[in-house]
Amino acid sequence: MEYQNIFTQVQVDAPDYAGVPIGKDEYNRSAVAGHSYWMGKLGDAQLGPIYLGPTGVMALLCGFLAFEIIGLNMWASVNWDPIEFIRQLPWLALEPPPAKYGLGIPPLNEGGWWLIAGFFLTVSILLWWWRTFKLSQKLGMSNYLAWAFAGAIWLYLVLGFIRPVLMGSWSEAVPFGIFPHLDWTAAFSLRYGNLFYNPFHMLSIAFLYGSAVLFAMHGATILAVSRYGGDREIDQVTDIGTAGERSMLFWRWCMGFNASMESIHRWAWWFAVLTVITGGIGILLTGTVVENWYLWGVKHGIAPAYPALDAMPVVDPMVTEAQ
Amino acid sequence: MKTSKLMKTIAGTLLFGLTLAGCEQPPPETVQRGYRGTGMEHLANPDTLTELVAANQVPAASPALPATGPKASEVYQNVQVLGDLSVGEFTRLMAAITEWVAPEQGCGYCHEGANFADDSVYTKRVARVMLQMTQATNQQWTDHVGSTGVTCYTCHRGKNVPENVWALDPGQAHAPGVYTAMQNIASEAAVYTSLPYDPFSPYLEGDESIRVAGDTALPTGNESSIKQTEWIYSLMMHFSDSLGVNCTHCHNSRAFANWEQSSPARVQAWHGIQMVRSLNNDYVTPTTDWLPAHRKGPQGDAPKVNCATCHQGAYKPLLGVSMVADYPSLSRNTVAAAPVDEADAPADDTAEPAESEEAGTASE
Repeated sequence: MEYQNIFTQVQVDAPDYAGVPIGKDEYNRSAVAGHSYWMGKLGDAQLGPIYLGPTGVMALLCGFLAFEIIGLNMWASVNWDPIEFIRQLPWLALEPPPAKYGLGIPPLNEGGWWLIAGFFLTVSILLWWWRTFKLSQKLGMSNYLAWAFAGAIWLYLVLGFIRPVLMGSWSEAVPFGIFPHLDWTAAFSLRYGNLFYNPFHMLSIAFLYGSAVLFAMHGATILAVSRYGGDREIDQVTDIGTAGERSMLFWRWCMGFNASMESIHRWAWWFAVLTVITGGIGILLTGTVVENWYLWGVKHGIAPAYPALDAMPVVDPMVTEAQ
Repeated sequence: MKTSKLMKTIAGTLLFGLTLAGCEQPPPETVQRGYRGTGMEHLANPDTLTELVAANQVPAASPALPATGPKASEVYQNVQVLGDLSVGEFTRLMAAITEWVAPEQGCGYCHEGANFADDSVYTKRVARVMLQMTQATNQQWTDHVGSTGVTCYTCHRGKNVPENVWALDPGQAHAPGVYTAMQNIASEAAVYTSLPYDPFSPYLEGDESIRVAGDTALPTGNESSIKQTEWIYSLMMHFSDSLGVNCTHCHNSRAFANWEQSSPARVQAWHGIQMVRSLNNDYVTPTTDWLPAHRKGPQGDAPKVNCATCHQGAYKPLLGVSMVADYPSLSRNTVAAAPVDEADAPADDTAEPAESEEAGTASE
C-alpha cells in the first residue's frame, strides 16, 4: 500500500554504504556525507560518496569559470549594482560578438568574454561527458548514458559552435542569458521564415512531446503494478511474472500493442535522444541550407494555401510605390 | 478514509483550477479578422475595453464659426500658418488648442503677456511647427490617417507634452567598456522583453530596412542577422503594445514577411512608418536647436513621435472618431496668400527671436 500514493511513502535508507570497491582509484571517491530524511522523500536518503576524479574536478572548475565570466559580465552591465543585478537578472546577458568580427577574435568587451565563457563551458561539458563514459565503464555498465548525453551535447554544439562556424560568424550564436536566449530563439525563427515548417523541428517536437508521454505512461504503469512487484522491472524482462503480465495486458487491451519490459526503455531512450539529434539537424540546416522554412514548405507542398478574404489580396506597398 | 482522500484531491484540483481561471476574467471577446484557423483575430478583454473606451472620449467641439469676414492675417500680426482663416475660425481654433494642449495654463502657455504676436516664447514656435505637422499629416499621409485625420488632441489629450514620446535612450548605467548590444535590460520601450531598448531611432527616424526574412526558400545572399531581427522584433513589440493588438492584427503569423497573407492593416502600418519617419525628421528634429534643455531627452534630442504618441493603446487613435471634421482648417493649407509679408514663411525662420530662450523657460 505504500506505493498507492502519487508521492513516495518509502524511505530508502540503510547504514553507510560506499559502493563496490574500485581498487587504486579509491582516492577519487569522497566519504559518505550523511543521511537526510528529506532526500529520502525524493530518492535514496544517503548522500555521497561522490566520485569526481580529475575529469570531474576539471569539469567543475571550467564550469565555474564559465559561470563566473557570464555572471560578472552581467553584473558589469548594471554597473556592479547588486540590487539591479538581482532585479534584472532574467534580462541580463553575455552577448556573442557583433557580426562585424565574423569568426575573428573580438575585443574582450565585444564578445571576447563570450568566446572565453563558451570555451570553458564547452570544455566543462565535454569533460563531464567523458566522466559519464568512464564512470559507466568503472561500474561495468554499457554506455547508454554517455551516448544519450552526447545527443544533447550535439544540439549544444550546433547552436553555439558548428552552425556559427558554417555561417562564418560568431554573431549567429546564442547569447548567455535567461530571457535573451528565449528572445534569440524567437528571432531565429522569424529570421528564417518560421521554424515550424522545418521538418527536423517537427520531428524534434514530436520526440520531445513523445518523451513526456512515454515517461508518464511507463512511470504510471510500473507504479500501478508495483503491488505485484512490478518495480522489479529488470527481472521481468526475462521472467515476466504477474506484474509484468498485467502491465502488458493493460496496454495490449488498451491499444492492441504493448512494449516489452525491455523495449519500453529503448522507446524512452530513443525518443529522448532523437529529440536533440533531430533538433540539432534542424538548426544546422537553418541559414546554411535553407533560407526561409515557410517558403521551403510551400515549395514542397507542406504549407496549405488559404483562400483570400474580401479585403485581400494585400500587396506589398514597396511594390506599388515603386510603380 | 479513502473517500476523504478523494474529496481532498477533488477539492485541491478545483481550487487549483479556480486559481488559474482567475488569471483573466471575464474571458476575452474575439473578433475574427482572417481566414479561419489562422488565429488572425482581435482579442478584447471586456474590462480593459471599458477602460479603453473611457480613456478615448473626444471632447465636444465648439460651434463652428463662419469662414467669412476679415482674415486672421489681416487683423493679427505674425500669423504665419493660419493666416487664411477668418478671425472667427482662427479664434475658435486657438481656444480649442488651449483646451487640448494647455487647459491649465491657458493662452499664456504660448503667448507672451500683452503681445500675442511675439514669438519669444518657445512653446509658441513649437505650436507653429506642430500645426504645420498636423496639416501635413492630414494632407499627405491619408494612406495612414485616412479621412479620420489627427488633431492636437489625438496626441496631447490635455497635456502640454503628449504622454508617449521618445528620445534617444542612453541605456542603463554600466561598467566602463561593457558592450551591452543596446539590449538585455528591463525596458519599457522593448515592452519588457530583453530585445533592444531603442527600436525607434533606426526605423522611426533613420530608414534602416525592416525586412530581414529571406524571400526565397534557399539561401540567395540575404545577410540579415539574427541581431537585426531582434531590433525589428522590438519595434514590432512597440507596434503591438501601442495599438493594443497582437501580431495577427497585421500578420498571418505563419509567414510574417508574406504580404499576400497579411491583413490590410499591415499596409496602413507600413505607411505609418514612413509617416512617423517624416514627422520626426521634417518637423520634430529641426526644433532641437532652440528647444529648451528641459524639454529634450537625456541625449539632448527633441522628444519624438512613435506609434504610441497617437494610438495610446487603441488600434485606432480615439477609437476612430474624427475630430478633424469639426476643425477642417487642420487638414488644409491655411497660409495666407501674398501679399502679407509673413506669408509663405517656412518653419525655418521661426527661430528669428534668438534671444528668447530664457523667456521661453520663464514662461513655464
